[in-house]
Amino acid sequence: MSNASAEPGPDARSELDSASSESLHPAAREALLAALDQGYADPRRLHRAGRTARLLLDNARAVVAECLDVRPDEVSFTGSGTEAVHRGLLGLLRGSRRGSTVVHSAVEHAAVRHAAAWGGEVSEVGCDELGRVRAGDLVEGADAPGAAVVALQSANHEVGTIQSVGELELPNDVPLFTDACASMGRLPLPGGWAAAAGSAHKWGGPAGVGVLLVRKGARWRNPFPHDDRIDERVAGFENVPGALAAAAALQAVVAERDTVNARQHALVDRVRSAVAQIPDAQVVGDPVDRLPHVVTFSFLYVDGEALVHALDRLGFGVASGSACAASTLEPSAVLAAMRVLTHGNVRLSLTRDTSDAEIDRLVAQLPGVVSDLRSEVGL
Amino acid sequence: MSPLDVDLELDCRELRCPMPVIELAKHLADVDVGQTIGVVTSDVAAGSDVPAWCRMREQEYVGEDVADDGVPRFVVRRLA
Repeated sequence: MSNASAEPGPDARSELDSASSESLHPAAREALLAALDQGYADPRRLHRAGRTARLLLDNARAVVAECLDVRPDEVSFTGSGTEAVHRGLLGLLRGSRRGSTVVHSAVEHAAVRHAAAWGGEVSEVGCDELGRVRAGDLVEGADAPGAAVVALQSANHEVGTIQSVGELELPNDVPLFTDACASMGRLPLPGGWAAAAGSAHKWGGPAGVGVLLVRKGARWRNPFPHDDRIDERVAGFENVPGALAAAAALQAVVAERDTVNARQHALVDRVRSAVAQIPDAQVVGDPVDRLPHVVTFSFLYVDGEALVHALDRLGFGVASGSACAASTLEPSAVLAAMRVLTHGNVRLSLTRDTSDAEIDRLVAQLPGVVSDLRSEVGL
Repeated sequence: MSPLDVDLELDCRELRCPMPVIELAKHLADVDVGQTIGVVTSDVAAGSDVPAWCRMREQEYVGEDVADDGVPRFVVRRLA
């Protein structure tokens, strides 16, 4: 278990992979435990326990709506961020009167890319070296015959670059789907989308809860079989305790974000400048217009898998986009699209309580780790 | 695809990332400025990392073709 507040010692651990999953926020834990006892019943039922579950679910929806500045009837809870992506994107595709092509950026999360390929034809748009998607190319793709939906993430999940979601000027009959999983709660939701998705465990809510947002009036049609539940956009028995815990965590994260973001932003700046001092290091992503908690870099001639293991032995839990460190054994599509190195890659993503001392320890140890690994291959 | 002109071919068929790029770096000086090196490898990262290395090292990435046995070959021209 990580404990960021513990005194640094030989067993001290710094879990720096919150972009994959952040530990449960204390506010979520409290809500979850209470709701496990009180929110177990079928929220469609008219008896007292059912009415209580329904009340808790409606409360969760109202809280999420307020946090994201949307209407409660625009909020649905899904079983994961991926399910929210699938339903959001494919529902807009199904609702299109214009065509069956999904125009999306090359740096979208795999959930978006796989859903687009599954649901229709795909038109992929590139990015610059900072990972910024070329907005003009997206608009051009949307203007082409057959374009049904445009998908653009709020911010990149691997390199942190914020995209210009709110500024896209798309044709009226081509809606925008926004995968907001990387930024939801941490940053205000951008505008301009017809459907959007978020994932609770990335903001300190429980795993197994996603948020699907569908704008009132959007041409969205359920892409999957209908279910006779409370919310016609989703299927299956409602996870009331999960939804309530996700909402409680979101509320806490939104309330704390001015302070937390400023601290994380400054810590990431320190990491970026320290890593840039290491020979043959590439620090990637937008240095300024970025997620507060994410930083990604690569070391030339270093094996990404070996780097992750070496850092783990020193007490740092990090992710990597290198092929050898990936479950797919493919290099990161994001790094490839940015035309930067894919080997020797590390993504750090800070947690809400990552401390200065942890970052001090990391930047002190990194140069030695890198030079040791390079000397193993005779460099 | 027509074969590219290669002065030195590096057999990196059995190597995975980052070894093909390391081999390329080690053998750059084996060719003269203006000459080309072909890195033959099935490593999935090479298609991204050889061009990325060229940008970092200010060498020219000529392109990708295939070696005689059909394995991908990434061709670099030494500029300095």
